[in-house]
Amino acid sequence: MGPTHTTRRGFLELCAGGLGAAALAPLRAGACLLDDSNGVLGERGLHHAARAKRVIMLHMAGSPSQLDLFDEKPKLTALHGKEIPPEFIENERFAFIKGTPRILASPYTFARHGESGANISELLPHTAAIADKLTIVRSMVTQEFNHAPAQIFLSTGSSVIGRPSLGAWLSYGLGTECPDLPAFVVMLSGQYSPSGGASCWGGGFLPTMHQGVRFRGQGDPVLFLSNPAGIDRDCRRRTLDTLAKLNQKRLEEVGDPEIKTRMAQYELSYRMQASVPKLADLTGESQETLDLYGVNPGEASFARNALLARRLSERGVRMVHLYHWGWDSHGTNADDDIITSLPLRCQETDRAAAALVTDLERRGLLDETIVVWGGEFGRTPMNEKRDNSTFLGRDHHPHAFTIWIAGGGFQPGLNHGATDELGYFVVEDPLNFHDLHATLLHQLGIDHERLTFFHQGRDFRLTDVEGQVMRSLLS
Amino acid sequence: MLSLLLLALAAPEARDDSVSYDRDIAPIFEAHCVECHGEEKQKAGLRLDSSRAALAGSDQGEFAVIVAAQVGDSLLYELVTATDEDERMPPKGAALGEQQLDLLRRWIDSGAEGSSVDAPMQVSEHWAYLAPTRPVAPDLESDWPRSDLDRFVLAGMQTQGLTPSPEADRATLLRRLSLDLTGLPPGLEELDCFLADDSPAAYEHAVERLLASPAYGERMARSWLDLARYADTNGFEQDGTRSMWRWRDWVIGAFNADMPFDQFTIEQLAGDMLDDATLEQRIATGFHRNTMVNAEGGVDPEEYRIAAVIDRVNTTGTVWMGTTLSCARCHSHKFDPISQREYFRLFAIFNSSADGGPSTQPIIEAPLPEQVRQAAQNAAEIALLEAELGRWTPEFEAELEALHLPAPEWLVLTPETLCTASDATLEVRPDGALLAGGPRPLVDSYTLRFAPAPGEWQQLRIEVLEDPALPLAGPGRADNGNFVLSEVRARLLEVESEPAGEGARELEFSHARADFFQSTNPPWPPEHAIDSDLATGWAIMGELEVPHQLVLQFAEPIEVLPGEQLEIEIVQEYGTNHVLGCLRIAVSGETPESGLPLRPDIEALVLAAKTPAKPTSAADIFSVEQEARLQRWFLQTHDSLDAVRERLADLRDKTEVPTALVMEELAKPRVTRIFDRGSFLSPLDEVQPGVPKVMGDLAQTSPHNRLALARWLVDGQHPLTARVQVNRVWAQLFGKGLVRTEGDFGTQGSAPSHPLLLDWLASEYVAGGWSTKTLIKTMVLSAVYRQSSTISGEALRIDPENLMLARGARFRVEAEMLRDAALESAGLLDHTLGGRSVFPPQPEGIWQVTYNSDRWNTATDENRFRRGLYTFWRRTAPYPAFMTFDAPSRELACTRRASSNTPLQALVLLNDPAFVEAAVHLAARMLREAGENAGACAARGFRLCTGRRAEADEIAALVQLYGVEAARFAKDPEAAQALIASATALDASALDPTALAAWAVVANVLLNLDETLTRG
Repeated sequence: MGPTHTTRRGFLELCAGGLGAAALAPLRAGACLLDDSNGVLGERGLHHAARAKRVIMLHMAGSPSQLDLFDEKPKLTALHGKEIPPEFIENERFAFIKGTPRILASPYTFARHGESGANISELLPHTAAIADKLTIVRSMVTQEFNHAPAQIFLSTGSSVIGRPSLGAWLSYGLGTECPDLPAFVVMLSGQYSPSGGASCWGGGFLPTMHQGVRFRGQGDPVLFLSNPAGIDRDCRRRTLDTLAKLNQKRLEEVGDPEIKTRMAQYELSYRMQASVPKLADLTGESQETLDLYGVNPGEASFARNALLARRLSERGVRMVHLYHWGWDSHGTNADDDIITSLPLRCQETDRAAAALVTDLERRGLLDETIVVWGGEFGRTPMNEKRDNSTFLGRDHHPHAFTIWIAGGGFQPGLNHGATDELGYFVVEDPLNFHDLHATLLHQLGIDHERLTFFHQGRDFRLTDVEGQVMRSLLS
Repeated sequence: MLSLLLLALAAPEARDDSVSYDRDIAPIFEAHCVECHGEEKQKAGLRLDSSRAALAGSDQGEFAVIVAAQVGDSLLYELVTATDEDERMPPKGAALGEQQLDLLRRWIDSGAEGSSVDAPMQVSEHWAYLAPTRPVAPDLESDWPRSDLDRFVLAGMQTQGLTPSPEADRATLLRRLSLDLTGLPPGLEELDCFLADDSPAAYEHAVERLLASPAYGERMARSWLDLARYADTNGFEQDGTRSMWRWRDWVIGAFNADMPFDQFTIEQLAGDMLDDATLEQRIATGFHRNTMVNAEGGVDPEEYRIAAVIDRVNTTGTVWMGTTLSCARCHSHKFDPISQREYFRLFAIFNSSADGGPSTQPIIEAPLPEQVRQAAQNAAEIALLEAELGRWTPEFEAELEALHLPAPEWLVLTPETLCTASDATLEVRPDGALLAGGPRPLVDSYTLRFAPAPGEWQQLRIEVLEDPALPLAGPGRADNGNFVLSEVRARLLEVESEPAGEGARELEFSHARADFFQSTNPPWPPEHAIDSDLATGWAIMGELEVPHQLVLQFAEPIEVLPGEQLEIEIVQEYGTNHVLGCLRIAVSGETPESGLPLRPDIEALVLAAKTPAKPTSAADIFSVEQEARLQRWFLQTHDSLDAVRERLADLRDKTEVPTALVMEELAKPRVTRIFDRGSFLSPLDEVQPGVPKVMGDLAQTSPHNRLALARWLVDGQHPLTARVQVNRVWAQLFGKGLVRTEGDFGTQGSAPSHPLLLDWLASEYVAGGWSTKTLIKTMVLSAVYRQSSTISGEALRIDPENLMLARGARFRVEAEMLRDAALESAGLLDHTLGGRSVFPPQPEGIWQVTYNSDRWNTATDENRFRRGLYTFWRRTAPYPAFMTFDAPSRELACTRRASSNTPLQALVLLNDPAFVEAAVHLAARMLREAGENAGACAARGFRLCTGRRAEADEIAALVQLYGVEAARFAKDPEAAQALIASATALDASALDPTALAAWAVVANVLLNLDETLTRG
């Protein structure tokens, strides 16, 4: 597949769908919706009744091995060490594999869990324990096989840099329920940032206030949140009062409404100075809850971010996107193999990901919050053996991988889709990120073909010219 | 298994069921129909020579003959299938075949999609594709206009019932001019001077002074960098650094010199193709080398080469033609008359440059003018010194003849057994050397066993040798021929010990010497091969092309007893294939001599010269090549030439010479094909270089290359180039363009608010020799520009977006300018023009980038306070304060930054240490310049930030805040000290800390005033 396949037909459909969309008119005129806490749809009404209000994405950046976690393949064990049949890899491009690779069995044991009988590996005991709450999709496919474009594709529906991300679309469409916090929050854990960088949570051509706001894992979650040394909160209040007085005078003299907006944003920044540290202050959480996630409050971790994701959701933040880097199990050394490294990543995330679902549920939030777990692509059924490495690992694989979804009206305990005997290709119910996006928007009350923005001569939407609502995943 | 496989492989085939107009239908029409329904004849008013015409139908489109998805209602299908021969089409010859009918039927049934390749038939009447003619300004009864420009605008206002706003006050005007033309607020002296000068020419003089200021070039370059997507890194996952700042300097210099825009265009698009292109002209071509480069593993180099070419096409379209070409990459443009074929004709123009793939070549040395002068001076001396180094004298000849070189007797050992820790193999060459082969491992370890003759051995030698089988002939197996010898271990073993290895005696080395080692930082000297540290070792980068030797001295002479073997273990743990390719082991019983060993090849030559039966001179026994090698080595190492060599190294040192990425053209152009739906994996037919027909034609004479394209863009006839550029300059001065969509003049862009004015400006620009300074002068001298930006409620109601220009523009200044202005008001800004990118303070952790260990080394010198456009720009992690204020990531061209207004911006301006530091310095300046009087201090600070004299109530508010904070700091001196300590490079010794801290709080407010952030 090439990077962008826009069919002519799809393009025409997009235009037809988009031209009638209500979102079009004011934006074409270039009006900046500065005070759009309700979003463009909030003002005009949703396309249909919403089943959920917000999304939490748990993005396992680097891409976990589905074959060692969710997609058991006895055939790999039977064929372990044998060369992959050439039909599979004809015309295939790999990131690192050279020559004819050999099949790699999973060294891990799988078992059936819950009433749904979900088949999950021993590496994810906590996820296995909540299997009946999950919609597990084993038939994901994507079109990108390098991290940056694949992550940007997952986040924005396009591997081309510069499109708005899912969270930005939600902020634009639905606005925020929480006046003290941004509508779209991003947090990172693991050794590295995601390869796609800030493009993964960019606002693209949407007004910039919709772009994701990255909260940091340690210290101030927002840059420059703390007052400088020597300026305390009372002093800040006084400076803002003086500022407001002078700005108000200016507003009356020159009559520019932008001044009014600026004054409001200074006040929000002051509220964020209070709300964000409160958000990040975990002392009010019970020890039981901290243990449920596995949080050590002083330490940056995925678990801490997952707990913060719940706290953000509680406060009404529209979208939280967590990235945890470290799943790129090539097997070039012990830090990126499936024997040592993969179990470590699972230990870092399994408990907290399951805890988030459990915690949301017991607080009555899971119904209206959709949690999605997964990577940007999958991993090969073959051992990569780069430069004859003796460590075991798998290369990038776009043709089949697994994600799970919980809450927000997705059908709990559903096992969806299947791959072939080697786990190489999807053979049943393939699902791509356009479909996932369409389905998420659907649950939030949005017709993915009608949430559009006019830019560079045409209407754009999150799902480009594709995407189908996957009703079979919904309860 | 097999069935699953078939299922998986069958999927892509399904696509081929679809019928394509271009592939399947056009040939049928072409062969059977167009003779009567084509360009020459249009029977029944029907043409079938394009899909657009075919779908429009008969009677010039009045009557459809093809109804999408309704084959039964499609007259065309009815006629070609008619059984009655009188009715059937085509009337002459045979009926269409089964297969052709099937294709037609399926094409119509599937929706009768038109061509994805060819242009729409209609010639566009869209205004932007018609070349501007110079309009005459309307004649108006008004004394308001100062120029024709004003007459155009006033006429527009009058149609809306609007009247011009009064002229802004003079302080506002100077601040407006300063920010617009230099990006900096005016200094107070300049302000006072201007206010005191009531001559009619005062304003014009101010304009001229600002246009002549070097800061003008910086301000203009700032915007151009967004268009050019300038960055200091390559982008994508690895985002490695690149050196492009010489191009940035070129842009600044070009603006300051008021280089005409046609020349500015030609040099950037095709400077390398000009006759006798100068260094600066080649540097100018960096414009299109600002594309991203992907160095990720496994990427198809062609895919990313093409991505860069596509970016060049799209960027050229946006920047010079104001046209969004990118749609036409995948299909003919839906709205603008640009076909996919035409897109690829433009693509062909850019498709023959030499760059591409994961490297950033071509890169040239781009010395600064001063360095060029110095190099010219050095060249003569270098030539002299080189001649001296190469001069073979009779004295040297005599010395070489008489030379006694310390060359001990060596016994080359052939291993009894050899093994590697990897799948690599070792084979023994006839000369006793061991050559590694087979799979190339990342790391390895060779274990070799020898049975040397009985005797006492003092030294072990490892020669590393060349072999044609190795990368670049070795001696290592790394891509560059290097290796790292991490550790050498030796032991004596009893051959038949049981169990094996029992009773081994480890041997120690006391000393390691080599004829050469890699002197990078860190260095890789010979002693690191025996230091028991696997992280260090011996390596030879710098002299990879010749053999070398490592000589290890045993701590005590060793004796190999009968039944014993000497085991040598050579560990190579560095990784990335830095393993040995060809090596030879020898021992010697001689006592080591002092000094370094000889290079093995030289040693061999010298030994040969010392052999008996030797003739009378070296020249008799050596080949010419050997003679030359010996002489070269002699000259390279002779003490008497040390000073010459050092001087040469100094003169040749180019570490300070910058480099730049440039465009270069391949000698033989690449063939360009249309890509089906934009994918490079599906090439269709070949196209020739060219330009969109709707905009004109390339001259017939020249080859259709980048140079021809550049000249065509600025030939003065192009309908878009001048309009697009004057519109951009207008937007810089008025906040918005006359065409609001600055990057899209097509049918989907906004129509110009003042079409005649746009054309007038474009015509004047071209007629005036493309002088941008003249253009700016025309604009800012106008009455329109000088209007007050105060907005009345009535005006806001009639014209909320100020399309009719009945008031001055008011907008927040750009990210870099916010910082520049704060530093300038505080007296901190360093005005150094040009140079390498700098690293002002930014929060920690921003550069935590995947697969990249680069460090942000925060400047502690004056580079901390340079203008924002010099800040190092990393595409994956740009400077956070700029990003918060809508700076683009510079991955693609950006014609217009958003002007957002967010809470995060407030946090930057209130709390970013860079702005807090500026506040403290501003406070110190206020105290120094205005003294102890609080009112005077507040007034001074207010004026430094806003350019305006504060009114009494404003001063009162500031003084009140000062009073409260001064009281607080008096009680809490530590807080005062903490705030003051935010500022580096501050001499606060003469200032009262309480007052300084309290004024710093006030300065913090001043730097956040809407008026400070806004150009009004």
